[in-house]
Amino acid sequence: MLGQIISNGLLMGFIYSLVAVGLTLTWGVMDITNFAHGEMLMLGMYSAFWMFQLYSIDPLLSIPISAAVIFVLGILIYKLIIKKVLGGTGLTALLATFGLSMFLKNLVQYLWTPNYRYINGAIVTDNKIVIGNIILGMPQVVAAIGSIAMTLIVIYFMNKTKTGKAIQATALNRDTASLMGIDTGKIYAITFGLSGACVGVAGALMSSFFPIYPQSGALYSILAFVIVALGGFGNIKGALFAGLIIGLTEAVGGYFLGTQFKYALVFLIYLIVIQVRPKGLFGW
Amino acid sequence: MLKVKNLKVGYDNVPVIFDVSFEVREKEVVSIVGSNGAGKSTILRTVSGLLKPMNGEIEFFGERIDGLRPNKIVERGISHVPEGRHVFGKLSIKDNLMMGAYIIKSEAEKNKKLSEVYEIFPKLKERENQKAETLSGGEQQMLAIARGLMSNPKLLMVDEMSLGLAPLMVETVMQALKYVSSTGLTVLLVEQKVQEALEIADRGYVIQNGRMVIEGTGEELMETDIVKKAYLGL
Repeated sequence: MLGQIISNGLLMGFIYSLVAVGLTLTWGVMDITNFAHGEMLMLGMYSAFWMFQLYSIDPLLSIPISAAVIFVLGILIYKLIIKKVLGGTGLTALLATFGLSMFLKNLVQYLWTPNYRYINGAIVTDNKIVIGNIILGMPQVVAAIGSIAMTLIVIYFMNKTKTGKAIQATALNRDTASLMGIDTGKIYAITFGLSGACVGVAGALMSSFFPIYPQSGALYSILAFVIVALGGFGNIKGALFAGLIIGLTEAVGGYFLGTQFKYALVFLIYLIVIQVRPKGLFGW
Repeated sequence: MLKVKNLKVGYDNVPVIFDVSFEVREKEVVSIVGSNGAGKSTILRTVSGLLKPMNGEIEFFGERIDGLRPNKIVERGISHVPEGRHVFGKLSIKDNLMMGAYIIKSEAEKNKKLSEVYEIFPKLKERENQKAETLSGGEQQMLAIARGLMSNPKLLMVDEMSLGLAPLMVETVMQALKYVSSTGLTVLLVEQKVQEALEIADRGYVIQNGRMVIEGTGEELMETDIVKKAYLGL
């Protein structure tokens, strides 16, 4: 039984990680609190849903599409909103993105109703992998694999490519980065796009086994904030491991204490860790 | 090559430099000296585009560059080594140098630049995979200058490179700069350490309270009463 619970926790953990990796790019790396992160995830789920509904494209195949859609959305959010408030105090960006989050939720509710939507009959639906007495749902396994793959892509991009290193340099010191000839405005836009691509992928992966509705991103974005802080700001590998810790805590804690306590336990662990290590488990 | 005319710059509309004019000619080493808070860094930050002037003109090779964004100014051939070094601590030394060569497209040219810079600063090559934050202050200053050279600039501007360095280290860094200028690079230096800066300069300017008060060759300036009294303690 415990093996089953741990597996479920780990599978969820990888998805949490990917959502958190997206957030750590804007929050940890660029120091912009994006409260609309969960709504970008929600729109990622909706884009997979509409691809399926309107064009019968399986969520697995629409991963690149929803990644691209939310990538563009990320860039637009940066250009139309974040850029205008960058010079202000920390609270300005926070309030602006909070407003954006409300706007997106209500817009979606107006356009597509508050009803729960499901994708029925995706390729992965109703398939299982059985290992001994552990049963793994195919949608969850595929989502975990997809999340790991995307996280690895982001890690590779950040550490091995010129643009990735320019993002790091800009995060470390924006003025100095611009003295290197880096167009920091463009770097911010790309980072927001990349953050969007992460939740675009996550949304498409989750769409085959989670209900899709205007509020569906909210919980994951709160968890992502916890994971980013737990893993250490701007630390992508930290977000990966912290995501797994949260996934496990939720599953194991939920089993032993009752599901009503699972998030209480998650936030309790968070509170303890930031008391002991304010920079997070893997913080700089 | 660089002409600054009637420059007025401030923060939040409060000017800190008023009506500053100076010139840097090709292959010169020019020092702007003055005490802390005189506005020296503000001048460099304006030339490199980090600050917008309230008034005045900046010309580089006859073209106006004031109002351009910093990344465009780097492309024109001005490299600014900022005060306080600001190396990218979490990146390796090699990555720091490669960031300096960000505007160079060709990999071959980047690597050529890298080996040139390693020749001037062999210590950096020994530690190229180490994180920049593990270097001492003096070594970080070397790295900052080396990084500034990586974009293959026509003009290298160095802000307060002696800041926080032991006297021996100041000497080493000055020697490195002397060598760089002997290869034909034009250097604009901004310093609080008046004597050292004027010794290696072809020409110099003294700035006080946001205004240039005198100019002349390095030797001339060291003989003036204003420099002797105010900065050299003679």
